[in-house]
Amino acid sequence: MKYWRRPLDKDEIKTPKGHIYLIPDRCKGCGFCIEFCPKGVLEESKEINKKGYHLPKIADGKEDDCINCNFCMLICPEFAIYTEEGE
Amino acid sequence: MSVKGAGDEGRIETGEEHPLDHILRRDRLPHIWCPGCGLGSAMTCFAQAIEGVDIPLKKQVLLSGIGCTGRIAGYVNVDSYHTTHGRAIPFATGLKIANPELCVTVFSGDGDLFAIGGNHFLHAARRNVDINVICVNNFNYGMTGGQQGPTTPVDAKTTTTRYGSFEHPFNLPYLAAATGAVYVSRWTTLHCRQLEKSMEKALQKKGFTFIEIISPCPTGFGRPNKLGEGLEELRYYREKSVIKNDASWDEMDLHMRGEEPIVVGDFVDTERPTYLELEEQMLRKRGFMK
Repeated sequence: MKYWRRPLDKDEIKTPKGHIYLIPDRCKGCGFCIEFCPKGVLEESKEINKKGYHLPKIADGKEDDCINCNFCMLICPEFAIYTEEGE
Repeated sequence: MSVKGAGDEGRIETGEEHPLDHILRRDRLPHIWCPGCGLGSAMTCFAQAIEGVDIPLKKQVLLSGIGCTGRIAGYVNVDSYHTTHGRAIPFATGLKIANPELCVTVFSGDGDLFAIGGNHFLHAARRNVDINVICVNNFNYGMTGGQQGPTTPVDAKTTTTRYGSFEHPFNLPYLAAATGAVYVSRWTTLHCRQLEKSMEKALQKKGFTFIEIISPCPTGFGRPNKLGEGLEELRYYREKSVIKNDASWDEMDLHMRGEEPIVVGDFVDTERPTYLELEEQMLRKRGFMK
C-alpha cells in the first residue's frame, strides 16, 4: 500500500493477519463470502463437496491478504467459513 | 471430494469447529434453508449478539412461530420453543411474566408475526412487555410455496398474485413505533455488523423492542420477480440501501424494485415503563405489595 505521507503510528499499529478455515460439507455455494470479502481474498473453485456445491478457495496472489475481519463468518448463512488470528 | 481439473492451489484449510458451534445444535446442521437465503446470516448475527451481551446463555430463551424463520428455534442451543402459528408472542409474554429474569426473544417471519399473529404483536407492543421481537421479512410465505403475505410490495409477483400484488403492504417499523415499541430498527442481512449491534442493544434494553431484517428469498420471492439468486439480491441491497436514522415514516415504505431506496437504520430509541414495572407500581400504590 502506498501512503502520501508516512502515518505517525505506523510502527505501533499492525494490520492483523487472518487464517481462513472452511467446513466443506456445510457449504451450499451461495457465493456470499466470495462477493463480500472486503479484501477480495476468495474465489470460486472447481472443487465440489459431497452435495455438489462449488467451494470457495483463496485467489491467486491473495494468500496473505486476509485481515481477520470475520465478515465471511458473519455473512455465511451455513456456518461454514470462519477466520482466526494468524501469525 | 475432488473433480478432474481441480487444483490444490488455494484450497482453504478444513476447520474442525466453527466459533459459534457451542450456540448451535451441530447435529442438526446443515439447516433446511435454500442456498442464498438470508436466514442463516440473521441467525449468525443473533448467535454473535447473545454471546456478546452480559446475559448468561442459561437465561436466554428463543421462541419462534411457523415458517422458514420458525426453524431458527430448532437450531439454537439455548432454551427454545417452536410454538403454534402466530402465537410466539403470547408464549413469550407468558414466559416473561412467569419468570422475569429470562431474556425472551421472538424470532419469526413476517407472515407469522404480522398476518396470523398480527393482533398479538399489537397488544404486546401496547403493553410494552419486556420481550425482543426480531422479524425476518422476506416479502412472502416462503415455506408454503411463495404466496402473497402482509408485506408483499405492490406490483410484486407471487404464486397467488400472478398479475402483481394490488394490496398495500405493512410498513413494519411504522407499525411497531405507532403501537408503542421502545426500540425499532431495520437492517438487511447484508448489514451484519449493524444488525449485531442492534440485536445487542435490543437484548439489553428494557421494554418491547422490534428489529426488522430484510432477507432475500431466492426461491419464493426472487424467482417470480426476477430478482435473481440470493447473491444478486444482496448486491441490490448494497446498491439501494440508505442508512437514515431520522427517516420519516413515508420513506420507510419498501418497493423492492426500481430506483426506490431501502431505508435502514435505528429509527426509535425511547423509554417507557414496561408491563411488569407498571404492575408493580399499581400494586404498591394500592397497598398489595410492600
